[in-house]
Amino acid sequence: MSTTEYDTIIIGAGMSGLAAGIRLAHYDQRVCVLEKHYTIGGLNSFYRINGRNYDVGLHAMTNFTEKGAKKGPLARLLKQLRFRWDDFQLAPQAGSAVAFPHIQLNFNNDIQLLRSEIATHFPTQIDRFDRLLSELIEYDDLKQEDFEISTRQVLGGIFADPLLIEMLLCPLMWYGNARQDDMDYGQFCIMFRSIFLEGFARPFKGVRLILKNLVRRFRELGGHLKLRSGVERIDVDSGHAMGVTLEDGTQLTAKRILSSAGVVETMRLCSDSSVVDVDRTGELTFIESISVLDCQPKKAGFDKTIVFFNDSDKFHWHQPESDLCDVRTGVLCSPNNYLYGDTEGELEAGFIRQTSIAHFGRWMELDERAYRQQKMRWYDLSTQAAAQFVPDFRRHVIDTDVFTPKTIRRFTSHDNGAVYGATKKQLDGTTHLDNLYLCGTDQGFVGIVGAIVSGISMANQHCLRSDL
Amino acid sequence: MTPAEIRDEILDILSEIAPDEDLSDLEDAKSFREQMELDSMDFLDIVMELRKRHRVQIPEDEYTNLASMASTVSYLEPKMKDIIKA
Ligand SMILES: Cc1cc2nc3c(=O)[nH]c(=O)nc-3n(C[C@H](O)[C@H](O)[C@H](O)COP(=O)(O)OP(=O)(O)OC[C@H]3O[C@@H](n4cnc5c(N)ncnc54)[C@H](O)[C@@H]3O)c2cc1C
Repeated sequence: MSTTEYDTIIIGAGMSGLAAGIRLAHYDQRVCVLEKHYTIGGLNSFYRINGRNYDVGLHAMTNFTEKGAKKGPLARLLKQLRFRWDDFQLAPQAGSAVAFPHIQLNFNNDIQLLRSEIATHFPTQIDRFDRLLSELIEYDDLKQEDFEISTRQVLGGIFADPLLIEMLLCPLMWYGNARQDDMDYGQFCIMFRSIFLEGFARPFKGVRLILKNLVRRFRELGGHLKLRSGVERIDVDSGHAMGVTLEDGTQLTAKRILSSAGVVETMRLCSDSSVVDVDRTGELTFIESISVLDCQPKKAGFDKTIVFFNDSDKFHWHQPESDLCDVRTGVLCSPNNYLYGDTEGELEAGFIRQTSIAHFGRWMELDERAYRQQKMRWYDLSTQAAAQFVPDFRRHVIDTDVFTPKTIRRFTSHDNGAVYGATKKQLDGTTHLDNLYLCGTDQGFVGIVGAIVSGISMANQHCLRSDL
Repeated sequence: MTPAEIRDEILDILSEIAPDEDLSDLEDAKSFREQMELDSMDFLDIVMELRKRHRVQIPEDEYTNLASMASTVSYLEPKMKDIIKA
């Protein structure tokens, strides 16, 4: 019997797994990416219903920097994966806002707009805002000890107006906080840079363009990608991973394994693990209500790229106490409202996507009929809640789709459908086995760009250096 | 390889790592870090490309020799002189 031995096996064909695969295949490793689902992309995949293309996740790519920028995660990932800036065809946002009752702060990809909005609405806090800017930790200087400091405590020591703290936290928590109520200060610094100092952008063709670029490159370099190949078990012998056994019984061996399945999920796969620290599992999951309009959203009065809203002075970042969803806060995004190039024109249909906080367990308990009904009900409740903060677009809606924590779970296998993964991150990517490493969401970098950078840096640190 | 060929090879590696960069006015005496803002991940990439393409091994404590084009070429010259340019 012959078995192929790989240099590295990667679990998961999401953004982080594919990026890591490209690095390793580029340096002539024999690499295999194993994906449980029938398609690539993980949390950020795409699908087609009723003749329309939908993205699962993509509102915006964060960390946007202009062509020619030499610093920052986008520049780094382009260099490391050998892409040109033009390969991703990123169009910058038109402009976004944080909306609370009676107050709205606008921002775009130039920090000066947010700064002037704060100077106008919070004149006593602007010097403090400048102080925060000077105290943010650089991406490369994050250490596990500083990472877990409470953001609320840090901001409470800087600002004297609690409303401004809530308004700054709202978008940053929405786009990358796995913890409830408070946020790790390291994560805050990452998200602050990626959203306020760098910014939002989107390729005209959506996430499929990014994924197609990644997978094409990986294949050209000789990497193996196996879909419908869920890893059932990581085979362990005395503190060392020998390989994996797939759900269909196939066994594959490798010198090392890099997993993007999540920290708790990966521990559970290990054949030697009896107790898994489930306390680390994240609780935050979402529903996404997608509206297709009969016109471009700006014709219906919705001209922002993204609006983060919250219906009171205190931001609610917690799983729903008693119901399926909590729609007091939400994010609305129109993929139409980016500054696409002249040759690209406008997206064919008008889309508005809205994300709301959901409760995983309660969605999973519903039978088929109740599940369909609740999707409709929460579509109505969430768009109704949004109408207090953005122009009411509901009479323009010609088609809708809703996806739930159940959908997210199906696409990613993440416990609880937790979009931002575990509450405690493992920045160095190490595990209890000497040749099993983590990448992606639970290593600490979330979002599309974050996941790609995570895949790259874990591949470099743990899978390439050891060969030098 | 002659020093001129080694220089071309380094240029080729740099243009692969940073395809958007205009390398035509690169100054040999000035550091890469200063001119192209290369970071430690990029330097590691130069090292790994050299190993991949020519099996040249560069120990970690000698990476500092790769600071500028001039220092890189003179550092690599003895290591690469027997390599025939493809
Ligand atoms: C609704 C929604 C909206 C989002 N919007 C944005 C956005 O606008 N901008 C942004 O930047 N980010 C967004 N994100 C977040 C972003 O999608 C993720 O942070 C990122 O894609 C995570 O990538 P990853 O590689 O770490 O993990 P994942 O994408 O989760 O990849 C893990 C992969 O591993 C596979 N897997 C798991 N277990 C196994 C197993 N046992 N065997 C084999 N394969 C396995 C999974 O199927 C999955 O494909 C959004 C996410 C969601 C859900």
